[in-house]
Amino acid sequence: MTNVIEQLGAWAVIRVREMGRMLLFVLSAFAWLVRPPFRFHQIMKQLHFIGYKSTFVVVLTAGFTGMVLALQGYYSLRKFGSEGLLGSAVALSMIRELGPVLAALMVTARAGSAMTAEIGIMRITEQIDALDTMAINPLQYLVAPKIVAGVIGVPFLVAIFDVVGIYGGSLIGVDLLGVSEGAYWNSIESAVEWKDIYGGILKSISFGLIVSWVCCYKGFYTRHSAEGLGRATTEAVVLSSVLILVWDYFLTSVLL
Amino acid sequence: MIRLIGVEKKLGGQPVLQGIDLSIPVGKLTTIIGGSGSGKSVLLKHMIGLMQPDRGEVWVGDVEISRLSGTRLNDVRKRFAMLFQGAALFDSLSVFENVAFPLREKLRMKGQAVSRRVEEKLEEVGLAGMGHKFPAELSGGMRKRTGLARALVMEPEIILFDEPTTGLDPLLAKSIHDLIVTMQRRFGFTAVMVSHEIPEIFAISDWVAMLQKGKIVLMAQAAEFQRTTDPDIHEFISVGGTVALPGLLAG
Repeated sequence: MTNVIEQLGAWAVIRVREMGRMLLFVLSAFAWLVRPPFRFHQIMKQLHFIGYKSTFVVVLTAGFTGMVLALQGYYSLRKFGSEGLLGSAVALSMIRELGPVLAALMVTARAGSAMTAEIGIMRITEQIDALDTMAINPLQYLVAPKIVAGVIGVPFLVAIFDVVGIYGGSLIGVDLLGVSEGAYWNSIESAVEWKDIYGGILKSISFGLIVSWVCCYKGFYTRHSAEGLGRATTEAVVLSSVLILVWDYFLTSVLL
Repeated sequence: MIRLIGVEKKLGGQPVLQGIDLSIPVGKLTTIIGGSGSGKSVLLKHMIGLMQPDRGEVWVGDVEISRLSGTRLNDVRKRFAMLFQGAALFDSLSVFENVAFPLREKLRMKGQAVSRRVEEKLEEVGLAGMGHKFPAELSGGMRKRTGLARALVMEPEIILFDEPTTGLDPLLAKSIHDLIVTMQRRFGFTAVMVSHEIPEIFAISDWVAMLQKGKIVLMAQAAEFQRTTDPDIHEFISVGGTVALPGLLAG
């Protein structure tokens, strides 16, 4: 019995220590961000990688998500003779929930895993130590630009996701299933409020922070082996995805 | 210039350094030898603040660095450069960009001034015209040379070499050793090298220190070191029945 309690205690201590280290990691990265030299070029490079290069997969996911939403929504709404509300159903689902969550999950899978692998390999091959020996802080040079790019890039991707998803819904609802075009767009206009947009933006900013923070952290503290790198990448993707969903619930409960 | 006083370090619960007292002579090439896993690289990393000791002090000039962090530690590190075991080149940058990296990122130098200095260093290490290549296209020896050029480009006071010839054939290893000695003699920096290359290191080092069981068991000038009567050290340096010949030492 004592042994079980001891193990539980040791597990809790390790977790609390890990959380503390994660918090210090992101706070240090922000502290280094506001110190010169400012590395705009690095931020733009990361924005290109996290944002621009994720556009294709985000557009593809958004299109099909909007299409399947319209398909499901149409047959559900038709039972009540409310097909005209299809536009608002698609748009609200997209803007409030699916846009931020799915776009962030896509960014995690595409860019987040690559961030962990890149930083992890740099750790294993002593490139991070090399930065340190050159008196260049790795948090400032490597991590801070990625976090900034995540916080800026994800909201833009979410905006694209929302728009493409709504058009995807229109393609199926209006062009294929015959919902009136006017009804589709009018229902969106009357149902979507500023509060919904604002909530979506807030979520996407926080998801951008979660993805870049968790993925950089896991890469930065990779154990020195190929197995360690594989594990770090898996942990980064799983932890980011879980945190996105958990944080989504909390934010939604506050915003509603 | 670099002094370690009573430095102790445990890694994963295992004691690695157990009270290191070491003083590195200024402007000389000092080599630290010792068995595999004896903590030579750990010792080197303490000198530049990549690792902090559990106990003891590390002095660089008149600054005690073992408890420093952030910008204060970076100020001390500006005096250093380090050549890593695998050269630690940045994969995404070409040879030229790797060597130019500290100039651009640290000194904020641009344009022709960078090109001139980088080309000069590449020529010195025998890599003239190779600037466009990427680390993945380089052989082991060329990677080490690039790493050395990157270390030299900032003209540091101290350069640390972490097993610079690991993974190279004897000829290449000799050429890297020769390069290190030539550069050290030309620029006069303080060099600390961790190496397994016995007996070659006796021919190139000014001072040799031996790390055994977490302590420096002997530090002496290279010629004097070889005359040691300690049976353990003698056995270690004459491994394979080869002790450096006096002629080689003179050379």
